[in-house]
Amino acid sequence: MTDEFSIFGLVLLLIVLALAVVRLTSLLAVAILAGAMSFILAAVYTLLDAVDVAFTEAVVGAGISLALMLAAISLTTREEAPWRRRPAERILALLVSLVSGAGLLYATLDMPLLGDPTAPATLHVAARYIAESPASTGVPNMVTAILASYRGFDTLGEVAVIFTAGVGVIALLRHWREDRA
Amino acid sequence: MNAVEFVMGHALQWGSVALLMIGLYIVMTRGNLIKKVAGLNIFQGGVFLFYISIANVRDGTAPIVHEDAVLYSNPLPHVLILTAIVVAVATTSLALALIVRIRESYGSIEEDEMAEADMG
Repeated sequence: MTDEFSIFGLVLLLIVLALAVVRLTSLLAVAILAGAMSFILAAVYTLLDAVDVAFTEAVVGAGISLALMLAAISLTTREEAPWRRRPAERILALLVSLVSGAGLLYATLDMPLLGDPTAPATLHVAARYIAESPASTGVPNMVTAILASYRGFDTLGEVAVIFTAGVGVIALLRHWREDRA
Repeated sequence: MNAVEFVMGHALQWGSVALLMIGLYIVMTRGNLIKKVAGLNIFQGGVFLFYISIANVRDGTAPIVHEDAVLYSNPLPHVLILTAIVVAVATTSLALALIVRIRESYGSIEEDEMAEADMG
């Protein structure tokens, strides 16, 4: 029970930080808050027993993402220009996000409760993974076993995506350097 | 089911919906491209949190074999989100590289100033 309250407290903090990102115009502050949010998310994942996801989020989200964002800010600008959107546009955007949020909230009412052991998501293929993967792959960590063995093609696709993104970044920035020289 | 159980069981889902809404609002209202990427990352954080909350099982432990463990949390959403986090960073880096190039070509990363440059 204490676990759940600390999770809710951290998620509340996340929402406050997200609202601060809406208000702030200093991009440096936005990047640092984004890093802090990743770290808090990692803590929430740990409390929810998702340790592998937690350390990936801490390393990749709070580390690499923040470094990339700081690099982009140092190459562009540190301040956001003042808000020039018309009030009518802002109200429309607020309305769109509120309506889509209300739809999602309505959908959550049918969702199983947090930690429900009879939830559909935990009953089907997941039970088989938990029962069989340690014996059939010899890896005690089930997340690793599924990632590298059962869903190996997924991971191959992931590597292809990262490779494509890397090629894209190199193609974009190499050209830029030649222009500058 | 009483009201307290209902709220406690859904609170995390509502929290991730709130993050989605805030991220969507930033993407729609802000003209600065780096701010838009930050909003997109908040949106993604909401989705990830939602998935991980589905995987949680009460009194379960992390899905690593242990003698004393009775229940494990569901490892499948963990795997999906692990992949999604890494892909999110790949797309973020591509977006930021594009933003750096846009800054070089337009001298600005504000949407309205880019539109003006295109008009004139």
